[in-house]
Amino acid sequence: MAETILAGVTVKVNGEGYFEDLSQWTKEMAIEMAKEYSIELTDKHFEVIDYLRQKQKAGEQLTIRKVGGSGITDIKGLYTLFPGGPLKISSKLAGIPKPVSCI
Amino acid sequence: MTTQKEEYPLKKVLIICAKGSIEDVYAALIMANGAVMEGIEAKLFFTFFGLDAITKKQMNSLHTSTVGNPAMRMPGGLPFPTLLGAIPGVEAGVSAMMKSQMDKLDIPPVKEFLEMIVAGGGEIYGCKLAADMFKLTKEDLTEEVTAIITVGQLYEMSGGIGTQIIFT
Repeated sequence: MAETILAGVTVKVNGEGYFEDLSQWTKEMAIEMAKEYSIELTDKHFEVIDYLRQKQKAGEQLTIRKVGGSGITDIKGLYTLFPGGPLKISSKLAGIPKPVSCI
Repeated sequence: MTTQKEEYPLKKVLIICAKGSIEDVYAALIMANGAVMEGIEAKLFFTFFGLDAITKKQMNSLHTSTVGNPAMRMPGGLPFPTLLGAIPGVEAGVSAMMKSQMDKLDIPPVKEFLEMIVAGGGEIYGCKLAADMFKLTKEDLTEEVTAIITVGQLYEMSGGIGTQIIFT
């Protein structure tokens, strides 16, 4: 386990930078993490992030198909919002564990 | 001095699917979709019986073989006798069961899976020689297919450090 400072707060993350504790997450941290991927977070990004956090809390397994069917954006839109890792990057920014699904 | 092992991240995959059974087609689809999800460029090439996966008429009725498949089991784990698999309707039943299991895991039907791959920037191709052999034209193939290409064109797309060709 490692620690990193995001938005002035020390948070517990794993070796790949995923949050260990969902409750430590704040919007400001997401904005700061997104800079690493050159993504400027918009309301749409946060809608996806909120959706992921909700589903994670509900214990559901996440797939891009599920997010694509959520009504927030389609799969193409998801790739546009989080280029290079629609589920991986969005999960990291949402402060939830790295997705374990193959789809 | 210590020698450091350099690792080149995978940049591009070309996945070739030459068979048309559910498991062969899905292996290729899952690998291609998994690649685009990781930010890896993916090109999917269907040839021979694999063409069924992108042929409008066939793509929704792929089957798994119940004959000559030693890994085939009955629910509960008992071996599945090849002769039983040869009875009409058994293959369709087993295939339907497999599809319902996949649906539970949120694995989409073929057409939707192709759409997902294309949405992520992946490209789908059909093989020229096999298409000629089966008398198929671009119009017979689903609209997610970019083009029907030759093996030479496939290799032209395979350049660059970090490219791998995978034959499923």
